[in-house]
Amino acid sequence: MHPAYSVILFTTASGAGYGLLVLAALFAVAGLLPSTALLGFVTLALALGLIAAGLASSTFHLGHPERALRALTQWRSSWLSREGVLAAATFLPAALFAVGWVFLGKTGGLFAWAGVAASLLAIATVVATSMIYASLATIPQWHMALVPVGYLALGLASGAVLLELVTRAFGVHRATFDAVAIVALLVAWAVKSGYWSTIDRITSTSDLGTATGLGRFGAVRLLEQPHTEANYLMHEMGYVVARKHAGRLRSIAHVCLFAGPLLALVTAIFAPAVTALALTVGAVAALVVGLLVERWLFFAEARHDCMIWYGR
Amino acid sequence: MTSLPATRPAKRLGLAIDLDTCVGCHACATNCKEWNTGGMSGPLTDVEAYGAEQRGVWFNRVFTYEVGGEGGAGRTVHFPKNCMHCENAPCVTVCPTGASYKRSADGIVLVDHDKCIGCKLCSWACPYGAREYDEVEGVMKKCTLCADKIFNETLPEVDRVPACVAACPAKARHFGDFADPTSTVSRLVADRGGYDAMPEKGCRPTSKYLPPRPGRRGPDVPAPTERPALEGAGRFLKWVDRVLSR
Repeated sequence: MHPAYSVILFTTASGAGYGLLVLAALFAVAGLLPSTALLGFVTLALALGLIAAGLASSTFHLGHPERALRALTQWRSSWLSREGVLAAATFLPAALFAVGWVFLGKTGGLFAWAGVAASLLAIATVVATSMIYASLATIPQWHMALVPVGYLALGLASGAVLLELVTRAFGVHRATFDAVAIVALLVAWAVKSGYWSTIDRITSTSDLGTATGLGRFGAVRLLEQPHTEANYLMHEMGYVVARKHAGRLRSIAHVCLFAGPLLALVTAIFAPAVTALALTVGAVAALVVGLLVERWLFFAEARHDCMIWYGR
Repeated sequence: MTSLPATRPAKRLGLAIDLDTCVGCHACATNCKEWNTGGMSGPLTDVEAYGAEQRGVWFNRVFTYEVGGEGGAGRTVHFPKNCMHCENAPCVTVCPTGASYKRSADGIVLVDHDKCIGCKLCSWACPYGAREYDEVEGVMKKCTLCADKIFNETLPEVDRVPACVAACPAKARHFGDFADPTSTVSRLVADRGGYDAMPEKGCRPTSKYLPPRPGRRGPDVPAPTERPALEGAGRFLKWVDRVLSR
């Protein structure tokens, strides 16, 4: 599948934003984060800013962005619509929670409920995003439970690393945050490794024989495609550039997305405050590169069944 | 509404395409473009139409496959492919806007171009590659089964068939109602063993393919051999051979 930059940016940024929202809200409600205005503002502005930037980016690949609100109407059948509805709904309790934390210095009572509601809706939104892909029976590399699990794990892991950065910068860091970030990264690493080894094993249930129904007469091969030039389908579904370098790109993702941030965060535990902050900045920088490579691969390694007709 | 019709449409309009008689002339694809660029989905825009990498919107594409091996053992099968107007159309249910819909009266799958946001998800959901993105107009387009032709009462009744069917010089394309067991297409499917393309995707396509009939070819003719050598022949016979070989 063609990896559209707008969609890569959307899924990574909103995933990290939702992950940060979930963890910051739950830790604040649990009393592990002080309810000071500036900390609340920076944390929630970062989370909601990433989400909003991601959502805005997702409209860039549309043919008619001005009609984007129409996408909220078909939640009964469409995961894309459900994602839009859930994303919009998350902003309501998140805004209420932000008002309590930033302007009133309160994260308990009604605001605690708002924080929990925002967290649950954020998790549901990330799952809905991933289900847009996982619900497509036409793409074997996406049509599996590991896809929503991976999106959720990566969202929480990237949110946890961002929370490490914010709390270290504000001097409100706790060992709990280290534990959460390290566990989340390890889980995401395991899920993503499992995903990659799975897609290396699977093949499509279809081939030219089953597609054309001519398999009963023997092997089927493409003699001539319908056009001399590549058409929309071949541009959109027949993307082959990254597959060539998939092994090397996966190695980059292993290092930048998982091993690097883990090493930096573990080292930071034993380092003095300034060094620890620098290491956490490094962890975030590596994570950004790793996430973008991982998401690029997610699209580029996906093979659409309609390319079978073209003998690919 | 992008939910599928709650009950099976009373009519199930579609095509039965005869792979035995299709000659791969692309007339169906050409006439499809011709009709539909001026029809309800028009224009079917082209990009770089006169350039090196031209591309554009086509609802119908003709593939050519070689089946059963190369050379004398194999056969060439032309395979026209357009929207199957599936009963279980995934392109409809993934649509977030309500632009895609399947008509409950006749099962035709259509796009409302005024509602489409051009997110392309329907093209990702279709295993047949039947969805087209019009990059000039920014919306998705698809085969309408010539809904603006087959119900057009200003046309003579004989012309109320899809453009691809009207154009086919080999009469390989048949249009009709698969819900009616007495229709031509239903009888063709029953008689010829008509089948679904890519059935394993579970889309339950309405349109069917009629398989190629068994070949009537005899045993392979051996390749022509070299002329017998003239070793041992005298000069006269060699001269006669040269003259006769001219």
